[in-house]
Amino acid sequence: MSRLQRHSWFEADARARIAGLVDADSFRELCGPHERLTSPHLAVLDLPVAFDDGVVVGEATLDGRPVLVGAQQGEFNGGAVGEIHGAKLRGLFERARRTRPAAVLLAIDSGGVRLHEANAGLIAISELMRALLAARADGIPVYGLIGGSCGAFGGMGIVARLCDALVMSEEGRLGLSGPEVIETVKGVDEFDSKDRALVWRVTGGKLRRSLGDATTLVDDDIAAFRDAARSLLARPVPARDLAALDADQFALAQRAARHADARDGLDVWRALGLPDPTAIPMLDAADFNRLLAPLSPTEAA
Amino acid sequence: MERFTLSLPSAPCARADAAAALCGVVSSGNLEILVDRGSMADRCDIEVNTSAHGFRDTWEAVLTDAIARHAAGGLALAINDAGATPAVVSLRLDQALEALEDRA
Repeated sequence: MSRLQRHSWFEADARARIAGLVDADSFRELCGPHERLTSPHLAVLDLPVAFDDGVVVGEATLDGRPVLVGAQQGEFNGGAVGEIHGAKLRGLFERARRTRPAAVLLAIDSGGVRLHEANAGLIAISELMRALLAARADGIPVYGLIGGSCGAFGGMGIVARLCDALVMSEEGRLGLSGPEVIETVKGVDEFDSKDRALVWRVTGGKLRRSLGDATTLVDDDIAAFRDAARSLLARPVPARDLAALDADQFALAQRAARHADARDGLDVWRALGLPDPTAIPMLDAADFNRLLAPLSPTEAA
Repeated sequence: MERFTLSLPSAPCARADAAAALCGVVSSGNLEILVDRGSMADRCDIEVNTSAHGFRDTWEAVLTDAIARHAAGGLALAINDAGATPAVVSLRLDQALEALEDRA
């Protein structure tokens, strides 16, 4: 598809992402903006609130199959998780255990906990993690989608890796501490957060795909995210028994040892033996996936 | 935050009974407008919550102007604003109200 025909996931807001992700007109929002479930903490601090507290949750169908969907509004306070925001997502996963949809799709766009809400935000995000894992333990697959301007950092970086599979674009980023935080704490020699190319080589979708954190890399296109979600939905629910966890742990330990000295995504791509690592950041998703194909047995169909 | 409410005369909106819309996102220099059914068929009720203090006169001018351009009677608008300029407010109002008129 030409770039002109694409509808950017990065530029779209949470509602537009959902509208393009699921079957047309199938989305029914729960706890929507008309209920005005706004943050009591922001109100106390005399700061602007949002009628949906920066997250959209509801149910829909994808390829005719029922799914639950949550999408964070990255533009509102960086998609940060406050008490209400977190409770809406937690409720989505608790609903999943009752209604047993084919999957929960989580469009993550967040810097993590909303610092204004302090402990309430931290508790909210831990409750979200617990609810997500309970849904997975009940056999409901959870698929994360990352391609917004805030990426998935802090607690939402952890939530992302609790998912069964992750779809990312190169524009989307995944990490624990954000680049500015690392620079503030450890100095510019450790991580220069102003070096945008470096930030993306370290946190962007292509490196995350190369390391196996992301399951699928797609272009910044809502239709591509939709296709990737459909592929995930069509495959069997991933195994989550002890053997699978042991295998994951083993692979992570091997990865940590193999790339212990890497300072940059380029070092990882060199170690993986990929040709011309400096050209990788500019490849489109199809070319990158072709390059990576011989190395990536976990790529979704 | 500065908060105030207004009730402005406006031609009745044909879709007022089914009005339910949200447009915009609360982010720096932007605002969201929630559209609901209002209390009177020939007036538009507006609730403004803005982070910018001391601009009530400007708000009233922009809102009066926008409501005069559209059939907004019977609607209630609730606005969460994070410092949007008058031009952005005006465009968002057009966006919210035109969406209702398109579906009429």
